[in-house]
Amino acid sequence: MKKLIIIACLLIAVSGMAQQLERGTVLIKNGTVLTITQGVKENTDVLIKDGKISQIGKNIAAPAGARVIDATGHHVMPGIIDAHSHLALDAVNEATTPVSAMVWEGDDLDPLDVGMYRAVAGGVTISHAMHGSANAIGGQCQTIKHRYGTVDPRVLMMEGAPRTIKFALGENPTRVHGNNGAGIVPNTRMGVEFVIRQAFSEGKEYMESWNKYNASKNQKGFRGAPPKYDLRMETIAAILRGEIIIHCHSYRADEIYMLLKVCKDFGIKRLVFQHVNEGFKVAPELAAQGAMASVFADWWAYKFEVYYSTAYNAAILTRNGVVTSINSDDAELTRHLYHEAAKTQKYGGLTDEEALSLITINPAKQLGIESRVGSLEVGKDGDVVIFKGHPLSVYAVPTFTIIDGVVKFDREKDPDDMRLYVDPKQTIDMTDAVFEDESSHNHDECMKNAEFLLGVKFADQNR
Amino acid sequence: MKKIIYLILFVCAGVAALAQSPKGKYGTFVLTNATIETVTKGTITNGTVIISNGKITYVGAATTAPQGAEVIDCKGKWIYPGFIDGGTNLGLSEVGSDQRTRDMSEIGDVIPQMQALTAVNPNSVLIPVTRVSGVTTVLTAPDGGMFPGTAALINLHGYTPDQMYANFKGVVVNFPSTGRRGGFDRRTDDEIKTASEKAMKKLNDVFDRASQYHKLDSATKGKGVEYYPEMEAMLGVVRGERTILLEVNAAKDILEALKWIKERKLKNVVLTGCREGWRVAGDIAKAGFPVVAGPVLALPSREYDRYDKAYANPGLMKKAGVKVALRTSETENVRNLLFNAGFAAAYGLGREEALKAITIVPAEIFGVSDKLGSVEVGKTANIVVSDGDPFETKTNIVHVFIDGWQIPMVSRHTQLYDEFLKREPGVNKSQK
Repeated sequence: MKKLIIIACLLIAVSGMAQQLERGTVLIKNGTVLTITQGVKENTDVLIKDGKISQIGKNIAAPAGARVIDATGHHVMPGIIDAHSHLALDAVNEATTPVSAMVWEGDDLDPLDVGMYRAVAGGVTISHAMHGSANAIGGQCQTIKHRYGTVDPRVLMMEGAPRTIKFALGENPTRVHGNNGAGIVPNTRMGVEFVIRQAFSEGKEYMESWNKYNASKNQKGFRGAPPKYDLRMETIAAILRGEIIIHCHSYRADEIYMLLKVCKDFGIKRLVFQHVNEGFKVAPELAAQGAMASVFADWWAYKFEVYYSTAYNAAILTRNGVVTSINSDDAELTRHLYHEAAKTQKYGGLTDEEALSLITINPAKQLGIESRVGSLEVGKDGDVVIFKGHPLSVYAVPTFTIIDGVVKFDREKDPDDMRLYVDPKQTIDMTDAVFEDESSHNHDECMKNAEFLLGVKFADQNR
Repeated sequence: MKKIIYLILFVCAGVAALAQSPKGKYGTFVLTNATIETVTKGTITNGTVIISNGKITYVGAATTAPQGAEVIDCKGKWIYPGFIDGGTNLGLSEVGSDQRTRDMSEIGDVIPQMQALTAVNPNSVLIPVTRVSGVTTVLTAPDGGMFPGTAALINLHGYTPDQMYANFKGVVVNFPSTGRRGGFDRRTDDEIKTASEKAMKKLNDVFDRASQYHKLDSATKGKGVEYYPEMEAMLGVVRGERTILLEVNAAKDILEALKWIKERKLKNVVLTGCREGWRVAGDIAKAGFPVVAGPVLALPSREYDRYDKAYANPGLMKKAGVKVALRTSETENVRNLLFNAGFAAAYGLGREEALKAITIVPAEIFGVSDKLGSVEVGKTANIVVSDGDPFETKTNIVHVFIDGWQIPMVSRHTQLYDEFLKREPGVNKSQK
């Protein structure tokens, strides 16, 4: 009997794992192909075979069973990548400790989030599902592909994407944990530095004690016990080993500079700053250390630490040699990242290729997935968006979005209601008749699930 | 030789001072060789606009410049009337999360006497950031309870609220919501019904009292009424002299509001928001009230609605015959009005109507079309010069005139760009 149960369990497990990722074959005919890394190719076809780009050229014949899309007069570009998102997440902040490195957003993915479809309708094929900014060292994040349509959260995870973790500096961690919150360190930017240095130092000790144990445990006559296993310290150790990319919520130049120094001291090289509104003030330092920046196109003044900002941030960073991306951190904004990227042409005169890189190959680099996605090259994933109009034009309209060679958005054919699961009890008669509210950007996605610590609902501008 | 050097130094100093001067400049300006989209009287190519004493004094083909006028060659440039945002909090809030800098919500549910204009900070850092984008005029509105106060139309140049005031005020009324407010709203259907009936009763009570107040005030020529600030603020409303800005968004609520307006025989009403206006566009058109819609760059109001409904909403209402102006509902990023209009244009409104929706239509809705909203002789000189289609993201606004003042094209954002594009010192302090 026991055996039967085990076999049954195994079968269920295997059938679950065996849920193959859907990979399709699509031939996109005769478009203006914006490859990002290899220039613009007019009247060119792109063939995606079994989920991968297999050919870019003229007059490609359609393989049997391929879906053919006529892109004549349209623009074809790689799927857009959002390096800062909270889509498809059931929880955003584990706000009960200043160091929550043990938690992982991969544990609470919500495949039913219709926000993913809406992002796909704006050409976004990949997003970085991030932990919030309540803690100096937050939780681990998950890079997801918007394979909307599945009910299996595992299918969303981008296979092979490097591990990433959220850090946060400045107002958010200090007010969640300091005197206006839980009453513990950090209450200031001094405390934030201390919390991070302490965690790194403890992680280093932890790693060294394990290294020592592992090196000596097989030696003859060894009698010591293994060190105590600690998931939080395991994660910190992995950061120190360079296995996890830090993505740090930050705004002010001083705090950005602080983390640059801390990372230098601990030999950490893989560092991306998020939001980083004052990154332009320390652009030479960021470039010198090879740190990257993921910014808003024009958000500012929603809190004091972004009062001294400029919409020229992305342009200044780019001109100073910092690998820069434009992100959304917002379920609405993510739908028009192509428009956000175009703002860098108004604010700083970036070229088409530079502007488009901000939402394709650059965020791919920041997530460590640039060998797979972020440009249209043979061998890369078949993640493609087709636009009516140039994607940097305000009149641009995405018409098709393709992920792994599977059409996930078809402007003409998709029905209005794209929910996967409809709660029959949920009334459909809902309104939110508040001026400047959910309809617009509410700037507090990053602080979701941290409200209880302050005893009040956050004001609407708390990113 | 010395003289020449002095002259050069003098000129350089002058140019430097000019480049950095944050002051506006008043006078007579002749903008030549431009493509002029007048909005109301077609497009003039290779045309001239003359601005003098705060007014537009000439619009037409090339002409000779008046004496003493400053001539600005606008070859390859486009001229527009200043753009108007039909709903913002600009000037009322400086730093979003800091309550001490937010002045749009006073305590009380029925406080129409609270004047947004009073709290407008003419020196807000947000204002230059906005106006260099071509937005010259905004409605700035209070927010909060059922009657949160009186909104005001302002031009974005001046050192006192009165210098900025653009001759329109409207009493904001948040129409009671009859439905569930979202998934988080756990009230029973009965509770929702009771709450909405209570709110409607309150709304009607205020109007009933205002009617009484009006009768007393009229009968006694103002002498027989005691000081009653909220009723005094409502006088203009019941007399039809002051506009009601009726904020209403859900389809069902819009229908209720139209019914209520009819019952109370209200005439001077502007609907604002109307996120679900597209659902009941025919009804709004039939009732004949104009709408200030937006933000356009927004999510659909319901999970099951098509992803692009907020983009398409202005176009769908316009198609049904509704008069539509646009708003951003923004504070620090009112500058994105042009992009809201661009998206509305792309998703059904069309470029021509989108341009009207941020120029002449809001001017008409707010009763100031004799002064604002188009490039016509006699109007206030709110003029924008761009180096391309102003809706296009990469287009730059190169000149802005407000009330005839030439606005310096600087803001915190441009100043930081100038300082930090090539920071000095760089990484090494002893090197340039």
